[in-house]
Amino acid sequence: MSEYFTWLLDNAGQVTALFWAHTKLAVIPLLIGLVLALPLGWASRRIPRLYTPMVGLTGLLYTIPSLALFVALPGIIGTKILDPVNVVVALTLYTVALLVRTVADGLAAVPEDVQAAATAMGYRRFRRLVAVELPIAVPVIAAGLRVAAVSNVSLVSVAALIGVPQLGQLFTSGFQLFYFVPIVWGVVLCLLLAFLLDAVILLVARWLTPWTRAAQA
Amino acid sequence: MIEFKSVTKRYPDGTVAVDALSLTAPTGQITVLVGPSGCGKTTSLRMINRMIELSSGQILIDGTDTAGQDAATLRRGIGYVIQHAGLFPHRTIVDNIATVPMLVGWGRTRARERAYELLERVGLDRRLARRYPAQLSGGQQQRVGVARALAVDPPILLMDEPFSAVDPIVREELQTELMRLQAELDKTIVFVTHDIDEAIRIGDQVAVMRQGGLLAQLAPPAELLAHPHDDFVADFVGRDRGYRALAFSNAQLPALREERTVRLGAALDGDRSGAGDDWLLVVDDAQRPQGWLDLRAGHRDAAADHLELGGTTACRDGSLRSLLDAALSSPAGRGVVIDDTGRLLGTVTAREVLALIEAERERPTSSAGSTEPLEKSTPG
Repeated sequence: MSEYFTWLLDNAGQVTALFWAHTKLAVIPLLIGLVLALPLGWASRRIPRLYTPMVGLTGLLYTIPSLALFVALPGIIGTKILDPVNVVVALTLYTVALLVRTVADGLAAVPEDVQAAATAMGYRRFRRLVAVELPIAVPVIAAGLRVAAVSNVSLVSVAALIGVPQLGQLFTSGFQLFYFVPIVWGVVLCLLLAFLLDAVILLVARWLTPWTRAAQA
Repeated sequence: MIEFKSVTKRYPDGTVAVDALSLTAPTGQITVLVGPSGCGKTTSLRMINRMIELSSGQILIDGTDTAGQDAATLRRGIGYVIQHAGLFPHRTIVDNIATVPMLVGWGRTRARERAYELLERVGLDRRLARRYPAQLSGGQQQRVGVARALAVDPPILLMDEPFSAVDPIVREELQTELMRLQAELDKTIVFVTHDIDEAIRIGDQVAVMRQGGLLAQLAPPAELLAHPHDDFVADFVGRDRGYRALAFSNAQLPALREERTVRLGAALDGDRSGAGDDWLLVVDDAQRPQGWLDLRAGHRDAAADHLELGGTTACRDGSLRSLLDAALSSPAGRGVVIDDTGRLLGTVTAREVLALIEAERERPTSSAGSTEPLEKSTPG
C-alpha cells in the first residue's frame, strides 16, 4: 500500500497538473455545451417540427466514437492534432447532444397552466423564458448536466491516445511500463473528479430550487 | 365595458371555435360564459386579452379596439385568474402576487407591500407570504391566484373556470368571497364555467353557449331559469329550475312562530315532553340556534352530541329558496329563521312558505321572470 502513496508523493506535481488539465477539459465543454443547448433546446420546443430532427441529429452525434472525432477534428476545423481545442470541441458536441433533448424536455415539463398564466400576466417571450420557464426546468436540466459531466470526465481520458495531457496519461504510461500504480491512481482520481462535479451541480441545482423541497416540508 | 362584435375564431383546419359572437360585458358587472365543453367559452375569454387572436370581428374595451394594442401591455392591464390557479411554483406566494407590479416596473419594495395588502384582502394569513404554492391547499392557491390578478388593480378581471378544481365546500366559499370582493371592487368580470349553478349564483348576466361557439341565450340568471330561450338552454339549465329560481325571489317574511328553546348543555326537566311536540330547539348563550333535540330519545340534558344537525337556517332577508329549504330540511318540520348576527327570530313551516310563494305568483310585478335588479342570496 505504501508503494501507492510513495508514488503519489513523488509525482504530486505532475498528477496535480494532470488533474487540473482533466478538470478544465471536462468542465469547459460542459459550460459551452449548456450555453449552446439552451437556445437549441428552446427552439426545438417552440417549433414542434424541429424537435424530432433536432433530437435525432444530436443523438446521432453522440454515437460517433470519441477517438474518431478527436482524430478527425483537426482535418475539419484546421487545428493541430495535439491541440487540446480538439478535445474541447469534441466534448462540447457530446454535451450539446445530451443536453438539447434535456432542455427541450425540461421546458416542455413546465405545466401548461403556468405557461398560460405567464402569458396572461403580460410576460414577453424572452423574459418568460428566463424568469419562469428556465427556473422551473432547472431540476430536469441539472439531471441532464450531471450525466453529461460524468460522461465528459470519462471521455476526456480517451484523449490520452492522441497525446493531450490529462489523467488518461496515467493509464497509457502505466500500460507502457506494465506498472499498475499510476493506472489505479488515474481511475481513483477520475472517479473523484466525476464525484466532485456531480456534487457541485447537485448543490447549485439545490440552491436554485428551494421550492422543490418546500412541498415536502 | 367589453364588447364582442361578431367575433369569430376559425382554426386553420376549419374548426370554428367561436361563431359570430356578439355580446357586451357591462362595466362593474359579472358576465358568466357557460356551456358544455367545446362551446368556445374559454376561447372567447382568451380572445379578450389576445392570448388567442380572433379570425374576424372586433373586441372593444371601453370603445377601443384591442387589435391595435401591444399584446403584452394589454394583458398587464387585465387581471387573469386561471384554472388550477397556475401559480409559479418557483416563487413564493408574495412574489407570485407581485408578478405584474414587477413587470410594469413598480420596484420590489412597493410590489411586495401591495402583495401583502392583497394577501389580506383575499382572506389569507400574512404568514403564508414566504411559502411556496405547493405548500398551500387548492383553495388557498386559488385565492392567491385572485390576489395576483388584482395586483395592479386592473378594471377588468377574466376568470377561466377558477373554482372548478376545488371541492364543493371550498368552491362555495370562494364564490362567496368573490361576490364579497366584487361588492367592494366593482370590477368588470368575465367568468367562464361549465357549472350552470355557479353561473346562476355569481352572474349578473349569463351567456349560455352551445357547441360550435354559438350564443344560445344571454340573460340575467332569474330570467334564464324562468324563460329559457330554447330546448338546449332549458336542458342545460337543468331540472328543478323552478325551485332554483326561488333563490332570486325575496319575500316579506310571514309571521314567524315563536319557538320553545333550551340552552345548550342545560338539564331537561320532565315537563318538557308531552306538549304535543317532540322537538326542542337548542340555542347558545347568544340565542343562536345550534340544532334540534329529539325529546323522544329521552336525553337528560341538551348536550351538543345529542343534537340533530340536519336543518339549514334561513336569514331574515334571505330568498324564498333558503326559507323553503330551511323548512324542508328541519327534522322538526319547522324552518329556523335567524337575523344577520345568527340570532333566532322564529320558525316557519313549509306550508307557510308555499303559501308565500303562491302569493308572490299572484303579484304580477314580482314574478320570477321579472327583469328588475335582483338581490342575490346565499342558500343557507
